[in-house]
Amino acid sequence: MKRYFSRKLLIYILTLILAVTVDWLIPRFMPGNPVQIMIARAGLKAESAKLVYSEYMKAFGLDVPIWQQYINFWIALFHGDFGVSLWLFPRPVLRIIMDAVPYDLLLLVPAILISWFAGNNFGAFAARSKWLDNTISPLGYVLTATPYMWLGILLAWALGIVVHIFPFSGAYSYGLMPSLSWKFIGSLLQHWVLPFMSLFLVMFGGWAIGMRNMIIYELEADYSHYLEALGAPKNLVRRYAFRNAVLPQITGLALQLGVIVAGQLVTEIVFSYPGLGYLILQAIQNHDFFLLQGCFLFIIIGVLIANFAIDVTYVLVDPRTRAGMTGEA
Amino acid sequence: MQQLKKKNEMLYFAMRNTKLRIGVIIVLIFVILAIIGPYITHYKPRDYVAPGPQPPSSEFWFGTTSFGEDVFSQFVSGLRATFIVGILGGGMGTLIGVLVGFTAGYRGGWLDETLNMLTNIVLVVPSLVVLIIIAAYLEVRGFLFESVFIGCFAWPWVARAIRAQTFSLRTRDFVDLARLSGMKPLKIIITEIAPNMMSYLLLVFILQFGGAILTAATLDFIGLGPTNTVSLGLMMNNAVIYGALLLGMWWWFIPPGLAITIVVGALYITNVGLDEVFNPRLREM
Amino acid sequence: MGLQVENLTVYYQTLKGNVQALENASFNVADGEIMGLAGESGCGKTTLGHSLVYLNQPMKFIGGRVLLNDQDMPIADMEAMNDFRLKQISIIPQYAMNALNPTRKIGKMTAELLESKKVSFKIIKAELERRLDLVKLPREVLNMYPIELSGGMKQRMVMVLSTLLNPALLIADEITSALDVASQKAVAEMLVEFRDQQCCNSAIVITHDISILYQIADSILIMYAGQLAERASTDAIIHSPRHPYTKMLISSLPKVGVRYEEKKLSGIPGKPPLLLNPPRGCRFKERCPLAFEKCDQVPPFEEIAPGHFVACWKESAKNAQA
Repeated sequence: MKRYFSRKLLIYILTLILAVTVDWLIPRFMPGNPVQIMIARAGLKAESAKLVYSEYMKAFGLDVPIWQQYINFWIALFHGDFGVSLWLFPRPVLRIIMDAVPYDLLLLVPAILISWFAGNNFGAFAARSKWLDNTISPLGYVLTATPYMWLGILLAWALGIVVHIFPFSGAYSYGLMPSLSWKFIGSLLQHWVLPFMSLFLVMFGGWAIGMRNMIIYELEADYSHYLEALGAPKNLVRRYAFRNAVLPQITGLALQLGVIVAGQLVTEIVFSYPGLGYLILQAIQNHDFFLLQGCFLFIIIGVLIANFAIDVTYVLVDPRTRAGMTGEA
Repeated sequence: MQQLKKKNEMLYFAMRNTKLRIGVIIVLIFVILAIIGPYITHYKPRDYVAPGPQPPSSEFWFGTTSFGEDVFSQFVSGLRATFIVGILGGGMGTLIGVLVGFTAGYRGGWLDETLNMLTNIVLVVPSLVVLIIIAAYLEVRGFLFESVFIGCFAWPWVARAIRAQTFSLRTRDFVDLARLSGMKPLKIIITEIAPNMMSYLLLVFILQFGGAILTAATLDFIGLGPTNTVSLGLMMNNAVIYGALLLGMWWWFIPPGLAITIVVGALYITNVGLDEVFNPRLREM
Repeated sequence: MGLQVENLTVYYQTLKGNVQALENASFNVADGEIMGLAGESGCGKTTLGHSLVYLNQPMKFIGGRVLLNDQDMPIADMEAMNDFRLKQISIIPQYAMNALNPTRKIGKMTAELLESKKVSFKIIKAELERRLDLVKLPREVLNMYPIELSGGMKQRMVMVLSTLLNPALLIADEITSALDVASQKAVAEMLVEFRDQQCCNSAIVITHDISILYQIADSILIMYAGQLAERASTDAIIHSPRHPYTKMLISSLPKVGVRYEEKKLSGIPGKPPLLLNPPRGCRFKERCPLAFEKCDQVPPFEEIAPGHFVACWKESAKNAQA
């Protein structure tokens, strides 16, 4: 078990180092001077342009040797210094990101957890009979093949515009300020429904299909046949098969995180939901590379933390890893 | 003789499999549309053909955009781009995955350790986010660039699966026999191991194909797709940016997303069907 | 009393048609008897064994009757059989190494299985522990996961579990084939011990290893290509077989008591017929040196001496003359 975790940690640390290095490399080795491009595109007044330029040159540390630049980059990182945004000059990138992250979590965490539980149960249910399988499985395949943004667009159009049920833009009504009032929370929830649904439905299809395939495999496993041969009732056999089929679904969650995060980003763009996806779009459109770099690192770190959390969960749930076995890293 | 008989049997099961038939027919319809589509429309995707937005009509099958462009022309050329990205990106992902997986599984030792580590690293990285940051810095983005880069981040799970397969295959009798008779490693891989994996590779490629289409659509939707061509993702991007939702111009944003959903869904169903054909255990009685 | 099988016919359904894996089998197993069931792989011995307890897809019940202690067994009805499984008929499967749910502690799994069958685990726990002692398993295994046990331990655990409710009939499918020679002997002896201690009343031991049967079986049933060939006491099968196939099988053994591998049966010229479309009549006729025109009809499984059954026209004829 120790070996299992140390191996995982090594992978995550290497990934982080690699990500930071890429983050550092890209602006330096891409064609053109990003600082110049950014400032030219932003169309700032001459004096603020000068201010921004010197700020950026200092932040990039372009006056010192390249290895020094790299080390400085890391030092700045550990101080939480991600630079200053151009789009919302002069707010620090870290602050902007920290304001956005709660909205991401508000959307992502329930969407992932609820779709995972519901999808697994639904998929296991589908495996019960040929008839259910033939009606439920195609639905699952269509859902999991749907691009997140398209489902978002459809929902926004159908439920937001054609039938006025839910608001489809922003995280709360424009007139409100974030506060702990019922009015605000109500508005927050209303705005949350549509983006949540588009994330939920696509993921749900994927989990349902995955569980359906896994449980059929488990029901054909030797231990299932043995139980049946000893006359165990169907529900006990299914219960065991389900429990064992859930384990690869946990690993599947880790593998799917990248795709899920991508879906989250575009869903936020569709609904102008003020999370990191929306920030990324703004950063791209405003050529705010500092903000873009910050979002990139933040997402990577978030995914690594989530991966680690899933690893811990897996060990807690699978007795084989707990029983002192070393798992495949 | 044995080989021939086996092939015929596969073909027999392939023809009988409903999922496979439905999936292949749907994909083929869209492929044909992508090939002949640009020849049956009179307009180029970016041409101004009529004033303002127009709903679908006999003249403009899928209506027109706010800028008076023909949606159908954009759709078929986007569809074509979608398939090319799928083939190139999916092919690239499969190729890299197979090379890494084969090498790791066949050679073993430190090379395996290193490649395995690399695979695991790329596996945890959210690939689209990396693609975004790379694409954002490029002023001009080509079509080929997009496909290749998608492939470069999609291979890890292929490598993992192929590695495991190679491990189990290389310890089988027939490979041992080849090794004992002094065959070169590459020749063993090509003549002994690869044929035993062909069916599996086809399945992998189909999944990579579908994945590449979805990734490309996402990237295009954010506005980081190829700068010189129309794509289905870009159509959705334009529709959202230029208010198609509020204006109720459903003909602008429904076709591109629907096409992607149907094509990718059909690919997945084809994959399930093929799996049943290749694995006798899954065949229905 | 004991087990009576009458005209049992079971096919395998495949897309190409029915594989006639078990044709018209009739035999008895007496109270307390251990019967060996032997033959080449693909002869239908596993089909026979499994159909008695767990006749699942793609196996298909065609006809026949099974009586256990004079009670009709609904073997074709998967649901109705549940009342008899484990309590009346039980099985130690060939895949005993993988038979235990990998993610449940063995004791907990046993408890859940028993409770689901309305048997109190508390009451039976003392007996369970006694049987663990019997097979020399530490009682702690109940608190372990299957992965913590060795192959031999899992095998013994499955033996204990399968016989926990003292079934009238135990089917042991290739229980020794995955083990090394030393453990083979131990497991075989445990099976006899189980019978002696009334953990099971009678048993059918399916194997391709006749030397094991020589050690433990009271009688042996030989099958060939889905048909019963010969059934007699172990002694008679080994020393005075009557069916030409049994004779060849026994003589192809290097020496009685020495384990033979299935491959060595190539000592008999020819191959068993494909059961998708088997030849009419006696299925051994194509390899049989004694075959004559009458062999185009199915030979009856006839008792030619007390307790000695043979399906061969030559032997029937000899018997009729005598």
